[in-house]
Amino acid sequence: MTGDANAEQDKARRFRDAALPHLDDVYALARYLMRGSADAEDAVQECYLRALRHFDSYRGPAMKPWLLAILRNVCNAEFARRGKQEIAADYSEDEPAAEEVPMWQEPQASPEAALLREQDGATIRRLIAELPQPFREAIVLREVNDLSYQQIAEVSGVPVGTVMSRLARARSILRSAWNVAEGAVR
Amino acid sequence: MNCTECELLLHPLIDGELDAVHARDVEAHVTTCAGCAEKLKTLRAMREAMAGADLKFAAPASLRNRIEAALPSPSAQIIAPRRFSQPSRRTFFGGFAAGAALSGAIAATLVVGVFRSDQSQQVADEVVSAHIRSLQAGHLMDVETSDQHTVKPWFDGRVDVAPPVIDLTAQGFTLLGGRLDYIDGEPVASVIYQRRKHVINLFVAQRLGVKHAGAMAETIQGYNVRHWSEQGLDFWAVSDLAGDELDEFVQKISAAVHPSGPS
Repeated sequence: MTGDANAEQDKARRFRDAALPHLDDVYALARYLMRGSADAEDAVQECYLRALRHFDSYRGPAMKPWLLAILRNVCNAEFARRGKQEIAADYSEDEPAAEEVPMWQEPQASPEAALLREQDGATIRRLIAELPQPFREAIVLREVNDLSYQQIAEVSGVPVGTVMSRLARARSILRSAWNVAEGAVR
Repeated sequence: MNCTECELLLHPLIDGELDAVHARDVEAHVTTCAGCAEKLKTLRAMREAMAGADLKFAAPASLRNRIEAALPSPSAQIIAPRRFSQPSRRTFFGGFAAGAALSGAIAATLVVGVFRSDQSQQVADEVVSAHIRSLQAGHLMDVETSDQHTVKPWFDGRVDVAPPVIDLTAQGFTLLGGRLDYIDGEPVASVIYQRRKHVINLFVAQRLGVKHAGAMAETIQGYNVRHWSEQGLDFWAVSDLAGDELDEFVQKISAAVHPSGPS
């Protein structure tokens, strides 16, 4: 075995240890950005291949935002290649049954808060999937991937102020859609 | 703190991103304002509903295996991805460019949507919001220096204008630095000055609201706003500085931009 092959294997091992623990996070973002499980899997695989290729020059930031930034570029490149906007997909199709309603902390929930509480996981996922791109990306990076504002700014390549206004906008759209969804089941 | 400021800061508050001083201010405001208290409660309810709902997706085992298999090992070579085009260093950077083009297109549609509505008022509100955001700890400056010859080149390639950066220290306005901001989704240069404890954001862009040769004065949510156009640029000055002092600032900037003397 040559020294080069040894170095390659060592790099692969370090990469595996650093990058694979974030696979679920990367996949979740891919699902929300690509809106389909087959496209999401392809995007994630492409993301990991690119990440491995650039792993030598990786000096930070944290591994998770670095991977998510690569994934975001993969998805954008794919949309650009197709030359069209994302296609809406029926999100609930292959989803497992909704989670239980979370326990409520506040003793006196407002009427609107009570509505929000009753929305189940499948509905929330569908409403997020329907958000326009920049707002969807921001809210998923925040609520699903659990990134800080600074990390979201780095992943999306925009200033922190823009992250704040995108999150505000995302939540405002979600809140309206939420109320409509609630009205529909009543 | 007023309701507009409070509303902007509710999001960083529930996300745990607000510094202690601002968090205290927001919480103090919320105890006295039923409207903002309701908004905060709704936002918290949303966050908790989202935290309680399982929004994550677990990667399928087959995907994990595919990626594992693609990593170099004694027996396996890198396996080409199934459907995406064969990657190269060039497509990696091409991806960056395509991403930028895509977000540019999205920004453009946003701007058109906004500009069809009450253009000037909308921009004025956005400018004040940007000013308030900038006052958050750590958000004021991207380049921090009182040297105009450092601030001006910093904007090169970041915005499509060369904003005038003028040293007004002798006139009582200290140059603090510069920042790239976004208003209506478009990059805007902000040059930051200070008089005593009052921060002035001077936003400069090629097109930002309706053109006005003379300065337009307005007060929005307690902030003084001045807007004027000169040398093909739109200027917006925002500060909590007294109106006459902000007028003085506008005159100094205008005189420096237009050495032959303002009309």
